[in-house]
Amino acid sequence: MGAVKMIGAIISLMGSIFLFLGALGVLRMPDTYNRMQAGTKATTMGSILTLLGIGIYHLPWLPQSLILIMFITATNPLSSHALARASHFSGIPLTEKTVVDRLREEYEKDEAAVSKEGENE
Amino acid sequence: MQRVLFIILLALMLTGLYAAWTHTTVEGNILILFIAALVISALFTTRKRFIPLEPKRIAYAIAYIPYMFYAIIRANFDVARRVVQPTIPINPGIVEVRTKLKSSIGKTVLANSITLTPGTLSVDIRGNRLFIHWIDVRDVEEKGATEDIVRGFERFLEVIFG
Repeated sequence: MGAVKMIGAIISLMGSIFLFLGALGVLRMPDTYNRMQAGTKATTMGSILTLLGIGIYHLPWLPQSLILIMFITATNPLSSHALARASHFSGIPLTEKTVVDRLREEYEKDEAAVSKEGENE
Repeated sequence: MQRVLFIILLALMLTGLYAAWTHTTVEGNILILFIAALVISALFTTRKRFIPLEPKRIAYAIAYIPYMFYAIIRANFDVARRVVQPTIPINPGIVEVRTKLKSSIGKTVLANSITLTPGTLSVDIRGNRLFIHWIDVRDVEEKGATEDIVRGFERFLEVIFG
């Protein structure tokens, strides 16, 4: 009994370390998108491990924590995608370190096509 | 016929999930749950959304779960390593990748898988082109980036969703 609880506690501790690293990433990263990388996804691992640890520590809760893990893996990417898309669409700039931005090029192509249509009319 | 089997299986899964969630073992409760689950499954399994059950697809779908977890763990350590270093060694950018997947559910799962593995974040999708924010751009060109980001997931998803 003691060993199982110990394992659960250690897994939860690992989860909280990942959550801490996620928070540190939000603080240290240079722009919105990189913050999102750290802030929404180091936390995926963090919450998965924390929930799993709680499930193992208190075994009757294990089914519930597994279901919660399933919901987190299904919904977390949707929200981070929506955030990233909205930020890029509303023109929040990327950091100066950025190497390439294919999506911006795509918008420019669209705008060029629209203005060309306008000229033809 | 296949569709009826699919609906019953889905209803059984939903019943199991809810019974596990509420810790219920009373027969009457489970019966009502199963009837409600049947109605819901029948409503949401339209002809378009229905995926035929074949052993190969099921095997690949089950194999996809550990693969996904391995990818999440590996990538989490990668991002954690970047965060704690004093200089923050990142090389970010938005790259374009192409997918061979046709069905919209397949594309959804692909984009979600890409977002779930830290280091890559799907920002937009246009037709079969996905725009990915990549924390460490190793290849600016579409071909190399596709090879690096998409190929691993696509091997499974091609079989699962066809």
